[in-house]
Amino acid sequence: MNQSILEVKGLKTSFFTDDGEVPAVDGVDFSVGEGEILGIVGESGCGKSVTSLSIMGLLPSPPGKIVGGSISFKGEDISHAKESRMRKLRGNDIAMIFQEPMTSLNPVFTIGDQLMEAIRLHNRLPKKELAARAAELLKMVGLPRAKELLKEYPHELSGGMRQRVMIAMAMSCNPKVLIADEPTTALDVTIQAQILDLMLKLNRETHTAIILITHDLGVVAQVCKRVVVMYAGKVVEEGDVKDIFNHPKHPYTEGLIRSIPDLHSKKDKLYTIKGSVPRPGSIEKGCLFAPRCEYVMDKCRTDSPELVGDSHKSRCFLHQVQE
Amino acid sequence: MSQTAQSQNLPAAVKERSPFISALVDFWKAFRKNKPAIIGAVIVFFFILLAVFANIIAPQGINNQNINIRLEPPSAQHWLGTDSFGRDIFSRIVFGARLSLRVGFFAVIGSIIFGTFLGVIAGYFGKVIDTVISRFFDILLAFPSILLSIAIVSILGPSLNNALVAIAIVNIPVFGRLVRSRVLTVKEEEYIMAARSIGMGNTRIIFNHILPNSFAPIIVQGTLNIATAILDAAGLGFLGMGAQPPQPEWGTMLSDSRQYITDAPWTVLFPGLAIILVVIGFNLMGDGLRDALDPRMKN
Repeated sequence: MNQSILEVKGLKTSFFTDDGEVPAVDGVDFSVGEGEILGIVGESGCGKSVTSLSIMGLLPSPPGKIVGGSISFKGEDISHAKESRMRKLRGNDIAMIFQEPMTSLNPVFTIGDQLMEAIRLHNRLPKKELAARAAELLKMVGLPRAKELLKEYPHELSGGMRQRVMIAMAMSCNPKVLIADEPTTALDVTIQAQILDLMLKLNRETHTAIILITHDLGVVAQVCKRVVVMYAGKVVEEGDVKDIFNHPKHPYTEGLIRSIPDLHSKKDKLYTIKGSVPRPGSIEKGCLFAPRCEYVMDKCRTDSPELVGDSHKSRCFLHQVQE
Repeated sequence: MSQTAQSQNLPAAVKERSPFISALVDFWKAFRKNKPAIIGAVIVFFFILLAVFANIIAPQGINNQNINIRLEPPSAQHWLGTDSFGRDIFSRIVFGARLSLRVGFFAVIGSIIFGTFLGVIAGYFGKVIDTVISRFFDILLAFPSILLSIAIVSILGPSLNNALVAIAIVNIPVFGRLVRSRVLTVKEEEYIMAARSIGMGNTRIIFNHILPNSFAPIIVQGTLNIATAILDAAGLGFLGMGAQPPQPEWGTMLSDSRQYITDAPWTVLFPGLAIILVVIGFNLMGDGLRDALDPRMKN
């Protein structure tokens, strides 16, 4: 593994609502190496997006607030950095793409306007060079007829094309880290594969590290080397993709893998993990997954397990007893 | 370029069109279908022509008094008759279009500028600033608008320009609240988050993303408000708080001639008709603009 470029340590992000503090992210640790692709997987509401917004410093505040831990980018703690510092980092060093390509572009401006604006934010270039660079970016993300596209409006593009434009925008200043928050969820399966290929290609060519946030294990298997599984605001398992798929240690990961529909098995019902992610803060002691776990033990209901292991870590007593 | 132009069998004119022009074309297609809106636009255009070419159109000056022909009914010489000073009413109405349209346009532009400014700040930054600005709007709206304009004019002194200022102030909350609500919606759009994620600052986000996405309702409301502004100016003129005689402002003309309403009804009828027509014109056009500019109404 290369030197880590982004390191998240014990990150705690809470939302302060009328009902009190709701810890959406509760002590998350992970790190991303230079040029690495890290997957973050979990169900809806497990804190994936809040983690990424915390890194970007884009939490809706109030009510969201980072209450603990650190986020260090190249050794600099940015968890409480000033807005002016974050603005320099965003786009330039850390960029993000979002789930909904249909609404991520401003409907009243052309693709060219928006791309050139993105470039100009961090590099003051003359107009001609801006246009050339914008066209170059569109080519880089595999969009044909770049010159004409620059003059078109977002509504004239398909979802896949728009997501490519969003990626071009995010890549416009060669960020060191690209956070992709469910970049393929809103797209057709065929387009999904193309977008993932594109991200792999960009990763190889520009050496940009990618944090891929998704709920789709298939996507993770296809793209990532290392994966972090999150559950209810905590990391429950972390390790190499192959290890995790072949030998999941945490019952939750196991459940997630079993939930992938298998074409060859003829079952009437697909496997699901019973229950749903608990509301943050609703479980006060014990393992957060205990109420849904098939292997639950007495100990699980009283003590909370720690994340242990070397390269393949998990937060489960099951394996800690065995080891 | 040439290859793609060939592969797509589009006429050259369509391909060369700039996006702005094509947006205008779309707008015009939607607007054209709306008959009342076209009628409104024609009326408005007619009055704008009157105002611009008043010198050429008006057969006589606005203050050509002739005591021998006072209160004459409409005739070939004086199309709309004469008033109590023997002045040609048609000429005065033509020149009056200048005054009324000026008040309408500038009062609305003034309230748009200040209303948008306050509305954007309130909507974008929220919290205490929003509360302060919104309560300020509420206070302004709590007064009946004509009373408030009278109060402002009595502080500034009666004149057409002060009436304009008063009308502009009274209408600030109309635009302020409209813009604020629009900003609250646009602010939550994902492209704002995307803009922030590439390092865009507040000022840029406001000018590049939020304002351009708020223009359509402002234009519509502005057009509709020109009508009310003209009406308010006429009302103030009638009450003696706006344009002062001998200015040919329509409301002032009404007020000057109201004692002759039974003997010489044309002295009151035609200025009144002018007011009605121009107000209807702007209202119809405003409704048409709303239908054409509102994306939800597009098929």
